[in-house]
Amino acid sequence: MKHMTPKATRNVSQNEGLIFEKSSPGKAAWRLAPLDVPAVNAGELLGESERKDLGQLPEVSEIEIIRHFTRLSTWNYAIDLGMYPLGSCTMKYNPRVNEVVARLDGIANGHPYQPGKISQGALRIIETLSDCLTEITGMDAITLQPAAGAHGEFTGLLIVRAFHDSKGAPRKKVLIPDSAHGTNPATAAMVGYAVENLKSNASGMVDIASLEAQMNEDVAALMLTNPNTLGVFEQEIHKIAEILHAKGGLLYMDGANMNALVGKVRPGDFGVDVMHLNLHKTFSTPHGGGGPGSGPVAIKKFLEPFLPKPVLTSKPDGTLDFDYDRPQSVGRVRSFYGNFGMFVRALAYILANGPDGLRQTTEDAVLNANYIRKGLEGAYDLPYSSPSMHEVVFSDKVQAKKNVRTMDIAKRVIDYGFHPYTTAFPLIVPGALMIEPTESESKEELDFFIEAMRAIAAEVEEDPEIVRTAPHSTRVARLDETAAARKPVLRWKPG
Amino acid sequence: MPYPTDFKYTKEHEWIKADGNTATIGITSHAQESLGDIVFVDLPKVGTELTVGKTFGSVESVKAVSDLYAPASGTVTEVNGDLATAPEKINKDAHSAWMLKITLKNPGDLNSLLSATDYEKFVAEEGGH
Amino acid sequence: MRYLPKSPADREAMLKAIGARSIDDLFAPIPAEYRLNRDLKVPRQMAESEIVDWFRERSRENGDGHATFLGAGAYYHYRPVIIDSLISRGEFLTAYTPYQAEISQGTLQSIFEFQTMICELTGMEVANASMYDGSTAAAEAVMMAVRLTGRNSVALARSVHPEYREVLETYAFHQGMPLATVPFTESGRINVQELENAITSDTACVLIQSPNFFGTIEDVEAVAEIAHRKGAMLVVSIAEAVSLGIVEPPRSADVIAMEAQSFGVPLGFGGPYCGVIATREKYVRQMPGRLVGQTTDRSGKRGFVLTLATREQHIRREKATSNICTNQALIALMVNIFMNVYGKVGLKELAKQNLAKTAYAAGQFAKHGKILFGSAPRFNEFVVQTSEDPLAINARLLGHKIVGGLPLKKFYPELGNASLWCCTELSTRTVIDTAAGFLAESEHSEKSAKVETAEEVAR
Repeated sequence: MKHMTPKATRNVSQNEGLIFEKSSPGKAAWRLAPLDVPAVNAGELLGESERKDLGQLPEVSEIEIIRHFTRLSTWNYAIDLGMYPLGSCTMKYNPRVNEVVARLDGIANGHPYQPGKISQGALRIIETLSDCLTEITGMDAITLQPAAGAHGEFTGLLIVRAFHDSKGAPRKKVLIPDSAHGTNPATAAMVGYAVENLKSNASGMVDIASLEAQMNEDVAALMLTNPNTLGVFEQEIHKIAEILHAKGGLLYMDGANMNALVGKVRPGDFGVDVMHLNLHKTFSTPHGGGGPGSGPVAIKKFLEPFLPKPVLTSKPDGTLDFDYDRPQSVGRVRSFYGNFGMFVRALAYILANGPDGLRQTTEDAVLNANYIRKGLEGAYDLPYSSPSMHEVVFSDKVQAKKNVRTMDIAKRVIDYGFHPYTTAFPLIVPGALMIEPTESESKEELDFFIEAMRAIAAEVEEDPEIVRTAPHSTRVARLDETAAARKPVLRWKPG
Repeated sequence: MPYPTDFKYTKEHEWIKADGNTATIGITSHAQESLGDIVFVDLPKVGTELTVGKTFGSVESVKAVSDLYAPASGTVTEVNGDLATAPEKINKDAHSAWMLKITLKNPGDLNSLLSATDYEKFVAEEGGH
Repeated sequence: MRYLPKSPADREAMLKAIGARSIDDLFAPIPAEYRLNRDLKVPRQMAESEIVDWFRERSRENGDGHATFLGAGAYYHYRPVIIDSLISRGEFLTAYTPYQAEISQGTLQSIFEFQTMICELTGMEVANASMYDGSTAAAEAVMMAVRLTGRNSVALARSVHPEYREVLETYAFHQGMPLATVPFTESGRINVQELENAITSDTACVLIQSPNFFGTIEDVEAVAEIAHRKGAMLVVSIAEAVSLGIVEPPRSADVIAMEAQSFGVPLGFGGPYCGVIATREKYVRQMPGRLVGQTTDRSGKRGFVLTLATREQHIRREKATSNICTNQALIALMVNIFMNVYGKVGLKELAKQNLAKTAYAAGQFAKHGKILFGSAPRFNEFVVQTSEDPLAINARLLGHKIVGGLPLKKFYPELGNASLWCCTELSTRTVIDTAAGFLAESEHSEKSAKVETAEEVAR
């Protein structure tokens, strides 16, 4: 094919080596202000602890740094360039006002240990965000301390464990649906729970009979994602919660898919006891190439004593403070108070939307996913006919007949100017194509995507080789991951 | 690929070849094919006790890890050092790229394992649908 | 809503294409009893100008424009402006995790460079792409040692940051890992005699921090000797990354767990920060967190990929080395750019300035208060004991828009009226002299008060 599609065209891009390859003694990008105190002799002060050699750190000028990273950045795809159809990632627009307010002096330069008198701004931000998130989730209280979703899962399960311990009846297992994200079982193991898999039924939802059979007094909790990773809402959520609660178990919800629920339904209302949120998904904080995120954990009142400490509290004089006197707390999960910079951004997003904006956002997210579903039905196999919420999962069953797999199709999507959809899971759909557009996509962008996917499906029939060997338009193609894993080279070495 | 007739096989795709009281263990050609390019093998040290049916290590490809299950009980007497630096030997010839040699605790363990023909049939059925 | 790129006509056309009468059809799967039929009780939608105003108020309430002497795991250093220029580029800011290597080479190459520089700075052979922060990096490094040694308990120094120890306690509790806390001596360093006694045949590792919470540099060699002799690993935590410019890294450590916040990351009221784990190559398969490796593509071109992913949650699931997924990539990029700006020569000069400012401040404060832990070398923090409660002195300093050192009573009550002071290249002589002046006044008043009381008693 020619390297032009409706959405993307090839372009000259700059090459750039490693920064070390540009380094040369005597080049510098720094200058310190002169000392206004006497200079010291490091050797005298530090003795044997004095460092003589800083090794192979680069010496480069400012423009070289600017060019280096600017060139590198042009090799990346990003939300600012176009849609990421990645399932359960919620790659939505990262509003720029968030970046501005995060950089206001008192906010950006506040030290976590500064006196309460000059921390009221930060504490008020924490309080306002906490109130908004508990309202959105329908829960009673929240901790903002966990640094990411997985960290939130860890914290949530610690709370579950502390609860059962407090009843004098520690339990040993956690039930996890086979459609779950990998962090779920990894987290359960970290907290010392054994993991038991829960089957999905033919509609892709939790199999109620299995749940009934597997639920007993040794099960601490069920870790549920709702809507699940198929994008399907657990319609029997009421029954699920009942079965768990009847035997004293807790319902943990992985909030990764909240983008289908905000303003339309609240997990606290349908029986969830503890859940985590991903501020870098639902609440627009930027992915930044892999973080930072933030994973607040919201709980029902009966779990409040177990929250990580400190907990935000109001003093009699109306000022805000942190309360460390929490004897039943699970402890700390990280230093200080959490990824505060992400709280600022998430709150700015909520304020920019208001209740109507939040609801409209959710509606558009679900509308977009269903529009794609309609557009691709027929071209790709739809393993589950259940209605989709904010994401839809197809499979490569049709294309597999021509020996073309989801990973190949994903790589071909790149040639059409998009980032691939999610291929690696859910595990219950072999050869999955998991697609979540989010509300940030216009009809035009969606139409480009549908067109691209249909074109690729046609290519599979007529010229499968071009799909199997994709991508064809990138700077590098089909990097040797085997060699990288067999003989890992994890750093540059001189000479 | 023909499966050596003097080997016995497990449903988890390990092979075992007995020689009196000692036995050699590896994974089958079908296993390496499903795994893809093998990048790392995690094997126990000499002297470790293996229990039939329990995991004793794992084999990794780029995107997946597979546990290894002991076809028989015994004590590890030798580990194939080649695999630490050249795990691809398993991809090249799984039936000669042995992993462990053990002293068998109960030679009778092998009786319940599959013969070459039975294993071939098992693999065909598994891949059938 | 201005972030939503759809007109009412678009929505109508899409609903029609789907075959739905209204958007409500698409929410039918939610049982009616749960559907919200009211507005969420969150503040009403704001204009951009209102949002900025709201946060500006919060910024004012948060003490903008104050000088600070606070350290204790979060350090106020200058942030070169090109850090924000570069990380604000949409291709970095709004990019996803680099699983699809072909269209993430920018992120991947920069992480590879980051890993390299951390190795050079720490003297280790391999470094990961970031952990949440120094405290969780330390906890995860300890878990690594537990997995590697097959032993189950930990000996940790009381001079490790109190909040880092709290986090370790939380992680350890659920793995059934006993923790033995080893006290410090009057040098501020770990008590090596007690350390000997604390290490058993079940000790997986010793955890120290250097420079430690008091700013004191530990005798890493001595601690390493003891740990290794007894078959335990040595994990060293580093909270003030700038120290690596002038202080020898702990080369005899088995694992280093760092906090890189000092390298161009805003204080931000405690986060996001940037933890890193660095270790020896032979331990790489037990390392948590993402790793970027160099490789070639099908035409032999150099490129970078995430590698050794089989350690991680998305493959290993319950047997993963950690559950970490999202890490701190953008913050690591800030750290990366900072290391490039200062480089080999600049980092040393920066560290020397920190040393000089702190030595000057300690010298001035010594005239009025008692400087503790003076017999061991320190980097950019020191502890001073005053007659008056440091909270009272700080209250007066605050009136002059100066934030005084951290009172230590809450963490180390036996140290009485002690406080922890940090000076960086941004501390000015004027402010240091002013603070010293307040200390002088405080001591003077306390002494006069005592004299008066004594005189009264005498009368």
